[in-house]
Amino acid sequence: MALIEVKNLKKSYGSIHAVRGISFSVERGEVVGFLGPNGAGKSTTMKLIAGHLRADHGEAIVAGFDISAHPIEAKTHLGYSPEGAPAYGEMTVREFLRFAADLRNLPNPSERVKKTLELCRLNEVAHQTVDTLSKGYRMRLGFAQAVIHDPEVLILDEPTDGLDPNQKFEVRRILKEMASRKAVIVSTHILEEIDELCTRVIVIAHGEVRCDESKEKFLQRGADLNEVFRKLTA
Amino acid sequence: MSSESSPSTPSAPSAVWAIFNREFAGYFRTPLAYVFLAVFNAFAISLAFFVGNIYEAGVANLDRFFLYHPWLWAFLAPAAGARLWAEERRQGTIELLLTWPISVWQVAVGKFLAAWLFLATALFITLPVAFTIGYLGDPDVGVIVSGYLGSLLCAGACLGIASIASALTRNQVIAFVTGFLACFLLVLIGYGVFDEFIGGLFSRNIIEEVRRLGLWRNLEPFTLGLVDLRPFAYFLTLSFGGLGLSTIIIERR
Repeated sequence: MALIEVKNLKKSYGSIHAVRGISFSVERGEVVGFLGPNGAGKSTTMKLIAGHLRADHGEAIVAGFDISAHPIEAKTHLGYSPEGAPAYGEMTVREFLRFAADLRNLPNPSERVKKTLELCRLNEVAHQTVDTLSKGYRMRLGFAQAVIHDPEVLILDEPTDGLDPNQKFEVRRILKEMASRKAVIVSTHILEEIDELCTRVIVIAHGEVRCDESKEKFLQRGADLNEVFRKLTA
Repeated sequence: MSSESSPSTPSAPSAVWAIFNREFAGYFRTPLAYVFLAVFNAFAISLAFFVGNIYEAGVANLDRFFLYHPWLWAFLAPAAGARLWAEERRQGTIELLLTWPISVWQVAVGKFLAAWLFLATALFITLPVAFTIGYLGDPDVGVIVSGYLGSLLCAGACLGIASIASALTRNQVIAFVTGFLACFLLVLIGYGVFDEFIGGLFSRNIIEEVRRLGLWRNLEPFTLGLVDLRPFAYFLTLSFGGLGLSTIIIERR
């Protein structure tokens, strides 16, 4: 059984068709890279799967649970980090993660928080408030709240956006460590990230899937990935 | 990380409790909370003493203290309630709340109760006024208690309205102004400010019914020690109606 199943998802904002019938599925162990220009419908698709937005049509099934019919069950198996990694500015890193653990009703919440702080290398800023974090730490915190319950399904909207090369390396390292046990979707602008991180590529443009294939196949499309990207999303 | 602790579905009370705690503590993380408490007290007390002349009245009760509470709540409940949802939207944290395994009503109830307790804290700090009256005269304690209860319910009603305003926008200023105007309208209705305006359109009975919707009209019985079902239902309807409507607004995003 696929951990993520998306069937003919559609979403419009007024007269703008953000997502026009997207379908795909993701198995355990797969890391799917979402590629596409800004405004292509990547974020909207992720929000629909994560249950932040309601689809006008179609369904998204997370770990066997339909996100609109059984949202609580589906969200229990899901970790989602929205674009820009929002968090409560006035809370400390530890408090914020504890809050996430409490809302998820995790057993041994303090133990989970401790492990997550270690995993995401957030220990040295654990007592800092979110407002005072550098971008790198902030993105890692967004990632941390998404993995605190060790979910089967992980959806990350631009987790490496705005990070320096070392920070990007850190996030990719953590993600690789856990990817074999999960179904992961990662959106990115950075084409090089595909090779390092993903097992599969889905290119989205104008609210439609333009290409859905293995990383190897995608990389064979041409030596210049930018050119490949431009052609696919035209 | 190991998967020894498989995720479990959160129970309703624990999620409400977690939200409540975060929200209530959130008020005191900024100096704004203390400013708010100071302003409420300064106005509650000075209005009672200098405008209401509670001393000169020579009667040992708090009528003239509670008289101004609808005005105070109309202004300060939207001030405290503006952040409820608008702030979540501005920070983007609403996206977390909506994708964590909790329902919107759990979040709404936790937030509402925290804000209400915060307003109750403001009210609690005015207790020395009651003690002063108790020291100077021989007031009916039951009446004072029921007055405080009425004021607390009135605060909840204004908060209900404020939470609707907050759910509609990501801008706290707009949330505050809209909430304030709506509450202000409810204060004015009770004083018959719009009687002339609607007098030509409706019959006398309807005008009287409309006036009954005013905040003070419903608070007054409490300050006289009359615990009546109607004002009770009025305040609770506004509180829970506002809570319910704001939940629906957030759910239908």
